[in-house]
Amino acid sequence: MIGSVVFYLLAAATLTATLLCITRTSPVHAVIYLVHAFFDLALIFYLFGAPLVAAWEMIIYAGAVMVLFLFIIMMLELATGGKPLTVDRRRWVPVLLLSLVTLACTVLLIIQDPSAVGSGPAYHVSPRDFGTVLFDRYALAVQVVSFQLLFAAVGAYYVGKGEPRKRGEQSS
Amino acid sequence: MTELLITSILILVKLILVFAAVLGLAAYMVLAERKVLGRMQLRYGPNRVGPFGLMQPMADVIKLLTKEDLVPAKADRIMFLIAPGMASLIALLSFAVVPFSPPITLFGRTIPMVVCDLNIGLLYFLGLSSLAVYSIALGGWASNSKYALLGAIRGLAQLISYELSMGLAVVPVVLTAKSFSLTEIVVSQADWPNMLRHPLAFVIFMISVMAESKRTPFDLPEGENEIVAGYHTEYSGMRFGLFFVGEYINVIILGSMVTVLFLGGWHGPLLPPIVWFSLKVLAVAFCFIWTRGTLPRLRYDQLMHFGWKFLIPVALTNVLITGAVMLAVGP
Amino acid sequence: MNLWRDIKGTLQAYAVTFSYLFRKPTTIQYPEERRTPAPRYRARMVLTRDPDGGERCVACHLCSAACPVDCISMQAAEAPDGRRYAAWFRINFARCIFCGLCAEACPTLAIQMSPEYEICKRDPLSLVYEKEDLLIGDGGKDNDYNFYRHAGIGVVNPRGGNADEYGPVDPGALVP
Repeated sequence: MIGSVVFYLLAAATLTATLLCITRTSPVHAVIYLVHAFFDLALIFYLFGAPLVAAWEMIIYAGAVMVLFLFIIMMLELATGGKPLTVDRRRWVPVLLLSLVTLACTVLLIIQDPSAVGSGPAYHVSPRDFGTVLFDRYALAVQVVSFQLLFAAVGAYYVGKGEPRKRGEQSS
Repeated sequence: MTELLITSILILVKLILVFAAVLGLAAYMVLAERKVLGRMQLRYGPNRVGPFGLMQPMADVIKLLTKEDLVPAKADRIMFLIAPGMASLIALLSFAVVPFSPPITLFGRTIPMVVCDLNIGLLYFLGLSSLAVYSIALGGWASNSKYALLGAIRGLAQLISYELSMGLAVVPVVLTAKSFSLTEIVVSQADWPNMLRHPLAFVIFMISVMAESKRTPFDLPEGENEIVAGYHTEYSGMRFGLFFVGEYINVIILGSMVTVLFLGGWHGPLLPPIVWFSLKVLAVAFCFIWTRGTLPRLRYDQLMHFGWKFLIPVALTNVLITGAVMLAVGP
Repeated sequence: MNLWRDIKGTLQAYAVTFSYLFRKPTTIQYPEERRTPAPRYRARMVLTRDPDGGERCVACHLCSAACPVDCISMQAAEAPDGRRYAAWFRINFARCIFCGLCAEACPTLAIQMSPEYEICKRDPLSLVYEKEDLLIGDGGKDNDYNFYRHAGIGVVNPRGGNADEYGPVDPGALVP
């Protein structure tokens, strides 16, 4: 019962955060909403009994991909969106509401699931099971994806290397 | 229901104890750092407030609390106010999964000496440490100052680079323990610590952890003599204090992670487990201070070259070799 | 491959800092420990006296002229025997930069630098030292020197009567 309530709350929060993300004019605010959506998504994964996927969601998407986004935004000075920042507190109402929902859901999850502190519920997928399924049944898919990543890395390296500079040519 | 209540109260008690211990330790880490650095530079360090300067943390806190809390006029106000709290909070939250000693039995009930023994505790720590970047990024960006922005950009690039090698360095440990749970990782080191089993991984982890804590020689995000104070240039009073304390809490949490993952956690002869644990954490913290007293700051390109072209390939090779050896030798 | 050299260089630095941990700090803990400055240390100025106890200052204004920050001022006066002295003599130590040019300019060794360096005051006006504050009982760095035994008007010996002194020049004799 609590589980489905939490799920719908989180799903709504995820959708709202994503919508807000794509309608923001300031890139940094958009990133914050997107990170928020990832948070909620991770909680949903946890609710479904996949703590490992939830952790990866946090580490890779919120912790690495979005950080790279922020890095690029700051590097290219897109941060202010061209116009000076205004002090408008109403802007912060949605993000505070979303945070409240997420926090409430986290608390609900912990209460609904006392096992998070001890005895391990039946429906939790342990990292071991996850790994077995991933590298056993879906081994080919994992290989294909990893090859794709390798090609992407090589391609990025090739593109990033640029033309070999001739001797005496000015570096730009 | 009573069972749930007792469990909750126990968690609360552990939480408060851990928070108090960590915050007190962080305050005295500041003093210890200043003292040790002073002695390394043939100075005394703070010795005026109280005997041997032991009251210095209180004096610092009073000073920080009574200072004016400035917010720049063009800053993104709420983000600016939230960011320092995030820095300390995320560092404190990581402590939830650190096991201090084996479970103790009190009034006929077994109490695990860890606030919350997640079965993915290691990933929880990695996740939080990757979120720690946001406090720097958002704090630096919200200040709307060029130095703060530069510091934030440096911090982002640095943390994301060294997180990779940190994550790769713990893979051999997970392979040995066959679990992501920190308690089981400690239990797996009963014979000898992982430091001896995976020395290369230990060195890589130590270096990455130093980069992760943004301390010399990896303190480019703050770089006093290049970009004023980096991401916390515009902060004053207790908000600066939160960033500052966050750094020392981070040192303690990273020290305990090194202890748990590589130094065998609470295992040790003669002394009680919790004493061994504290001693090991303090030894790692001393290494951090020692490094700060020894090495100069890296240049930015050196940092990136070292991270991407040396540390990560070495860590990857280490994972490969460890996996191959374990496959060949293991059961 | 310089990896070995790099590792060695890094570890050596660690050894050095660790060994410094056990050295005695070089700090002098000021209010408890004080260092004795050298006799020629340039700190607060004093006005010295003759071996006979008279003031050496002849109010020639050379020190105030030499002073780059103009912190010395005085009023010249003349005693009945023709000897000049300072009616009042004032040094503003809030402005003084302790360069020592006044002591170098002084022809009578009256103004001298002393090693007394602790002259911090809360009120800058109390750093304005009068003649009474500046005068000390002895001759400072050279106790035996008496200007009037070598030159000047006849206070100790008659004019031109000192052993290492020529007699007064007759201006008329210089006319060709």
